[in-house]
Amino acid sequence: MPPRVNEASEKRTFAVMVDNEPGVLARVVGLFSARGYNIESLTVAETDPVNHASRITIVTSGTPLILEQIRAQLDRLVSIRDVHDVSSDPLGIERELALLKVKGAGEPRAEALRLADIFRAKVVDTTHESFVFELTGASSKIDNFIGLMQPLGLTEVSRTGVLSITRGAD
Amino acid sequence: MSTQTIEAEAKTETLTGAEILVRALVDQGVDTIFGYPGGAVLPIYDALFHEPRLHHVLVRHEQGATHAAEGYARSTGKPGVVLVTSGPGATNAITGIVDALMDSIPLVVITGQVATHLIGSDAFQEADTVGITRSCTKHNYLVKRVEDLARVIHEAFHIATSGRPGPVVIDIPKDVQFLPGPYIGPEQAKPLHTYAPKTEGDPAKIAEAVALLAQAKKPILYTGGGIINAGPQASQALRELAHLSGAPVTSTLMGLGAFPASDPQWLGMLGMHGSFEANNAMHDCDVMLCLGARFDDRITGRLDAFSPNSKKVHVDIDPSSINKNVLADIGIVGDAGKVIAAMVATWKTAGYKKADQTDWWADIGRWRARKGFAYRNDAKVIKPQYAIERLYELTKDRETYITTEVGQHQMWAAQFYHFEEPNHWMTSGGLGTMGYGLPAAVGAQMAHRDALVIDIAGEASVQMTMQEFSTAVQFNLPIKIFIINNEWMGMVRQWQQLLHGERYSQSYSQSLPDFVKLAEAMGGVGIRATTPDELDAKILEMIDTPRPVLFDCRVAKEENCFPMIPSGKAHNEMLLGDSGVALDSAIDDEGKMLV
Repeated sequence: MPPRVNEASEKRTFAVMVDNEPGVLARVVGLFSARGYNIESLTVAETDPVNHASRITIVTSGTPLILEQIRAQLDRLVSIRDVHDVSSDPLGIERELALLKVKGAGEPRAEALRLADIFRAKVVDTTHESFVFELTGASSKIDNFIGLMQPLGLTEVSRTGVLSITRGAD
Repeated sequence: MSTQTIEAEAKTETLTGAEILVRALVDQGVDTIFGYPGGAVLPIYDALFHEPRLHHVLVRHEQGATHAAEGYARSTGKPGVVLVTSGPGATNAITGIVDALMDSIPLVVITGQVATHLIGSDAFQEADTVGITRSCTKHNYLVKRVEDLARVIHEAFHIATSGRPGPVVIDIPKDVQFLPGPYIGPEQAKPLHTYAPKTEGDPAKIAEAVALLAQAKKPILYTGGGIINAGPQASQALRELAHLSGAPVTSTLMGLGAFPASDPQWLGMLGMHGSFEANNAMHDCDVMLCLGARFDDRITGRLDAFSPNSKKVHVDIDPSSINKNVLADIGIVGDAGKVIAAMVATWKTAGYKKADQTDWWADIGRWRARKGFAYRNDAKVIKPQYAIERLYELTKDRETYITTEVGQHQMWAAQFYHFEEPNHWMTSGGLGTMGYGLPAAVGAQMAHRDALVIDIAGEASVQMTMQEFSTAVQFNLPIKIFIINNEWMGMVRQWQQLLHGERYSQSYSQSLPDFVKLAEAMGGVGIRATTPDELDAKILEMIDTPRPVLFDCRVAKEENCFPMIPSGKAHNEMLLGDSGVALDSAIDDEGKMLV
């Protein structure tokens, strides 16, 4: 009967404003694990010390029905002030920061540096045989950069997960 | 500083943490708490020693405290309050806390905790109570500062009782109980959280739903525990809506009593062991109004065959219930009582008239005539259904509260005991907790000292919380434990017969106690009935006994509970007791995977 049951899974980014109190992250993460939802990335930090508010950005995936459930379930948590669907908001901005270590010498090393320049990645550390690059952007851009670095001696990646905000004055 | 704050501060009193708790409970209107003392709550028990306004019911196990508080809450509409110690006190309470979460019962559970400087050191009787209860409470707190205590307690009561009710745990370290701090009353306590459940339904959607109901040729009202939680006026509004629209009414296990069983529009309970007419009407209806119920798997049967041709309106105070299991054509978030009252008002304002439902009631008449609850009675052996029928007949004219354990007897109680009013039926629906009924009866009897409180029990379930019979004896609570004793975990046995080739693995209740002697040993009264002839006299003897009674009702041993929607089947594929279908072939392999 339910016509929407076979809909395809899609990615969704939620910005979740929470009371910054002990255990609040555990409540959110616990909800996802208890109900079998995916977490693709999650970031959290206090963003409003005066009002004791933290912002959690969660990237999750599921069918539209599941995503609607995730949002409703998050809303049930007493410590959550607001849940914002960033992906569905035309004004939504999503960014991620990555640090990458690339080991190599000679031509691959020079190529890594050239590509880093094209991607506007910053070199934050260098030795004669390695670079550490810092790159900010949409997750897809970071994925592409990682793909390009793979054959050039990529040894380590660290990513923040997605952060989000909306454009405009409000 | 505003004048308001100055006034508030002037009213502030300094009390110890334990005294703050006790005062806050009194200010919240609490008169009864269910608990068990221990090292980490001794200061609170000391404060209770000086507080005559709080009646403390000493249970025998903390699980009993939570179920008793549930029985108290469900039969009064007020929150149940539990007080237990740290570590094992808290962990023993967990089952009742989860039970309350699943059935949306308002509880405030106070747990002691080791002193703040010992938290995390694996101290004696330390457990991570907020960690353990995070996923099984509506909200929980660890109060590390005595300054926060009064506010937290008042907020906890608000959260437990508003919106979709549920259990709230407050974990209080022992040092916080000793420390002096400011007391503020409920009206001064500013909530820290932005929590504000929506209770008023969207008027546009309500109008749309009422229009749908008014033109329906085959409407049905599918009601649930949300109506009980919304208070007695919600049940009244439901009756009015039913009579205005002429729609038949069915209910989940949790919602029994919201609509009177004596009303001609009553179809009986729906779901796995619901009535033949209710389930068929759910399947064939053209408009379904789901009011305060949640399309639980016991209700829907096979989801892709659930009520295939109906428009569905879902009214629930919890937005996450809507579109969770079944898609609603109209989803209305709000308090069931308020929304139903608004529907009644809308119906009247719009001047709707009942649609012609002649064909619909003819269908229903045919399903009723099939007599799905029929059973073959016996002159020599008490049939369990007969026992409950007689119990109903002999108690229906009194103020009677019924609790149950979980299993066959619970379903027979729902089928054969009939309710006219809300708050008189207490059962563990969502979690299905064997051992719920006896302590729940203790709680209900505490709230209604002069009423007749009966736990319809099974001999297996009742042994899970048997020790609370002592609590009833201690507090002169004349509860009646009516044990449908068939010497089997009947529902397990039934499923083993249906699904597992009659291999009755571990489901026989071996080495049963002599319940009559047991009752006497515990200071109560034991009564046994073994034949249909003596049943009425024994039930009357039980009713007339002003003390706690264990009633050992020896019934037919291998009776199955029918009708039944076999796992993985649809509402119109009910298995009837006399249908002659081979039981072992009634459920296919896919159905066997389901619980």
